[in-house]
Amino acid sequence: MDVTGFSVLTAIIFIPIIAGFVILFLDRQNRDLVRGVAITAASAVLALSLAVFFGYDNYVKGAGGLIDQQMTMLAAGGDLSGARMFVDALAFEQRIVWVESLGIAYHVGVDGVSAPMVLLTGMVAVAGVLISWNIEDRLREFMAFFMFLVAGVYGVFIAVDLFMLFFFYELAIFPMYLLIAGWGWVKLREYAAMKLTLYILVGSVFALVGAVAMYFAAGAYFSGSGAEVFQAAVASGILPADSAPYSWSMVQLTLAAENGAFAIEILGIEGLSFARFWFPFMFIGFGVLAGVFPFHNWSPDGHVAAPTAVSMIHAGVLMKVGAFAALRAGVQLLPDGAQTHLPWIVFLTLINVVYGALIAFRQRDFKYVIGFSSVSHMGLVSMGWATMNLTGMTGAGIQMFSHGAMTALFFGVVGMVYDRAHTRDIPSLGGFMKVMPWVGVAFVIGGLTSMGMPGLSGFIAEFPIFQGMWAASEQITLQLGVFQLSNYYSVIVILSALGIVITAAYVLRVAGQVFFGEFDAEHFHDVGDIAATDRIVLIILGAPLIILGLYPPIMAPMIESGIRPLIALLGGG
Amino acid sequence: MEAFDLWAQLPSVLPEVGLTALAVIVLFADIYGSIATRRNVVFVSAVGMALLALVPLIWVPDPAQFEKGVLLWGGMVNYDPLSQIFKVMLLLAGAVTCLMALGDKGVGDKGEFYLIVIVATLGGLMMSSASDLILVFVALETLSIPLYMLASFRRGDLRSAEGGMKYFLYGAFASAIMLFGFSLLYGFAGTTNLGGIADAMSGGFDGGLVAVMAALVMVVVGFGFKLSAVPFHFWTPDVYEGAPTPVTAFVSVSSKAASFALLVRFLTAVFPPELAIAGVVIQDFWVNLLVVIAIVSMTLGNVVALRQSNIKRLLAYSSIAQAGYTLIGVAALQGLDDSLAVASVSFYMFMYIFTNLLVFGGVILFIAATGKEEIKDLAGLNRRSPWLALFITIGLLSLGGIPPAAGFFGKFFLFQAAVKSNLVGLALIAVANAIIALYYYLVVIKVMYVDVGPDDEIPVGIPRAYGWALGITASIVVLLGTIAVTPIYNWAALGASGL
Repeated sequence: MDVTGFSVLTAIIFIPIIAGFVILFLDRQNRDLVRGVAITAASAVLALSLAVFFGYDNYVKGAGGLIDQQMTMLAAGGDLSGARMFVDALAFEQRIVWVESLGIAYHVGVDGVSAPMVLLTGMVAVAGVLISWNIEDRLREFMAFFMFLVAGVYGVFIAVDLFMLFFFYELAIFPMYLLIAGWGWVKLREYAAMKLTLYILVGSVFALVGAVAMYFAAGAYFSGSGAEVFQAAVASGILPADSAPYSWSMVQLTLAAENGAFAIEILGIEGLSFARFWFPFMFIGFGVLAGVFPFHNWSPDGHVAAPTAVSMIHAGVLMKVGAFAALRAGVQLLPDGAQTHLPWIVFLTLINVVYGALIAFRQRDFKYVIGFSSVSHMGLVSMGWATMNLTGMTGAGIQMFSHGAMTALFFGVVGMVYDRAHTRDIPSLGGFMKVMPWVGVAFVIGGLTSMGMPGLSGFIAEFPIFQGMWAASEQITLQLGVFQLSNYYSVIVILSALGIVITAAYVLRVAGQVFFGEFDAEHFHDVGDIAATDRIVLIILGAPLIILGLYPPIMAPMIESGIRPLIALLGGG
Repeated sequence: MEAFDLWAQLPSVLPEVGLTALAVIVLFADIYGSIATRRNVVFVSAVGMALLALVPLIWVPDPAQFEKGVLLWGGMVNYDPLSQIFKVMLLLAGAVTCLMALGDKGVGDKGEFYLIVIVATLGGLMMSSASDLILVFVALETLSIPLYMLASFRRGDLRSAEGGMKYFLYGAFASAIMLFGFSLLYGFAGTTNLGGIADAMSGGFDGGLVAVMAALVMVVVGFGFKLSAVPFHFWTPDVYEGAPTPVTAFVSVSSKAASFALLVRFLTAVFPPELAIAGVVIQDFWVNLLVVIAIVSMTLGNVVALRQSNIKRLLAYSSIAQAGYTLIGVAALQGLDDSLAVASVSFYMFMYIFTNLLVFGGVILFIAATGKEEIKDLAGLNRRSPWLALFITIGLLSLGGIPPAAGFFGKFFLFQAAVKSNLVGLALIAVANAIIALYYYLVVIKVMYVDVGPDDEIPVGIPRAYGWALGITASIVVLLGTIAVTPIYNWAALGASGL
């Protein structure tokens, strides 16, 4: 692929940034113009994201496409190069050298894991603008910050340069803070916004130090004993011709990982390799944003305090940013560390799934139910990464998309109910199906998805994760000093299936109470049906759940193609 | 002896010569000029310094020799890229300070203010290129004494007078200790030339390890005072709070930047990595010393800043912490390949100057307009003056290290240099500190954007010249964090080649 030309991904990052600045300079009174610019930018970005998604789908599935290539490579056997496969998987690339002396480049591209995320971000961007249509207070600033947030999120998903990934990751934090602190739920917003920001920053900056260490270790390797590997990679086109040994390119760092640059022993402790030392920093550092237990605490408060659009983008997309970055910068760059640490991290994810569901079950506040359910479901994503096999990780990739659309839909539903009923207390709500049938149907669709009902995307995601866990059970053992734990993944599957049962319980309880039950016509006399813009939101977020559930090939092969390089890196066939 | 070639030697001191001339012009214009002339003194000073900032960039007679670094004026003056980048940033800082003092009653309307700023800048310039103990000391005092005067510039104001007096007493004390350290070094080496001292000490020196270390510690004490590093920071909050705000802005950037330039040069020249006395590598000692000072400065500065309610005191503690961060870069000088460390310090100071001037510029304007200095008084600033709120926000984000402001790259380069020099623990402590710091920066931003204040509807106006100064500074801060990173970083990295 042409790497120097203009990429549609660049447009996807810069359209929201430009739109954000334009909105900031519009007349504050002219609310229609503000909304017009915001929705135009968001729709343009969604259209481009669709183009990227289907373009990439074509790239993967077409004759002689990526899957055919991968199959040929697998059939040929021999040593598979994960870096090679990763490079081949990248499409829509663009690369401009940014800080040459440090090997930092503006380098964007998508692979099978990030392409669905790009689409998801576009969907939530449009939905977020639409659901914020009637914000009274400082609409202009809200929309501008929302646009910056969207741009930051996009940047993380499409970054191929590790430095750029951090740059956009941090870029997203500030608008998010202001959006929650400025427009959130008055009782909680300042506390929750600060808590969320600090939690996320703590994780990411520790990961940043790990990334700097990787940069030096890889650079030292490529300028020393790995010089030949480096030359060969440049010659064979894995690395661009103007590469230097020290680089932030994730392709190059992957290559270093594959050739053992991170296997060096550090601190003089036997068995403590570089990869093993830094992996927890990278994986859990980003995992904070994905809500990994015990660092999930920011998430329910943050989601509840945030205004609806921000809850949607936050639970729907930003938590995926965390899971995605943990995969990219953690598992992919330090596969050796992943094999050491994921066998125990899986217990954290189990706690996520079961404990999150239990707490969700206990909540009275509608939004807290969704907040904890989101923590519970994100546990499944991390659990999928921990399987370290194709089935489980593909399931996790699908779960990222499915959970994103589903949670955004849930928060949209909560927002619509709360805007009209002015309460989120579940026992005092009831019978809303009568006044807002669209919202009720949307909640039921989302609820069935989260229970993993076949025919909806949740099933397509969760089933492979459990299957992958079961398959991994025999291969993975956990060594704790003299104790050895083996074959315990299957136990975890059984326990986490419990989480699904609890999920069914709270979803049904909420649906029964809020949407069916008795409608208090006197108390809720001013509650009316939702606006047309809200219906569009429900369609944009709900339809993909059904489409993906009925027709998995629209996404599953793509994600598989993105996971295969990782499997090669992890040493599987 | 070589014939003295003025033409080859002049470029190394041309900005200083220009500043002296500018000082004389400003002095006479202020004394003998008409009222209209006197009003324009500020523009003469600002434009004059900004133009002088171009001089070191334009006129480099022998670039090859310049990049290697060359000693001129009888070994007194270093002519190399490190001095060049610091001279440019000090001159720009002086120019922006003049513009920011413009509307300040009792400060900006007095011609002598600009004269003193110019002379202080002259001292800073000399510091950044000095390579002889005597010139080092003269330059330090040329910078310091005007700063004492500036701190107490509002004679009628008790806080200003107190701040100035405190600053002077601490400063004089620190200078004396430093001078004692210098005299010890001279005693060991018999020369005042920085490079010569190292040479003399490395060739079978038997003056005793303890004495050398004592001299080193004394010198570091002097620098610590100028940098407001812990435990030599006690003057900082009082001076920052008491001094007229434009002066605070100037003190917080100029003396710090010049001192870092000198510190980097002093430590690498006098105590190079290969210097070992009685089997002890001196560099290990000062690196450890600086690591400790850096950790204590960052942590204390940030933790105490959390408790502040006055915006100027908050910025004072923040600047203590910022000095701690920058010291990471100096500590990372250890080892033979110090290019990353030098580049990170230079880049950090470059972006820090503009960042701090931006924040202070915004705060000065706010204080001048409302007369209030508490953080809670900033409530609702976004509605009172969206531009002012935006400028202050960009500055605070940069101090906190959030992209796209320049501070992100600044911190990143420092951490990178630390990891390169095997100071991973220091880097981890620094990032933990960066998070604490972000808390109080974000609180200020939140107050401006979210909180509702009693004067919510009264707009805060920005005078035009002032608005331009702030706008340009803000743009520089954002550019330094995005597309201008590469040229400035490469320039900063050149600085290592001449050491």
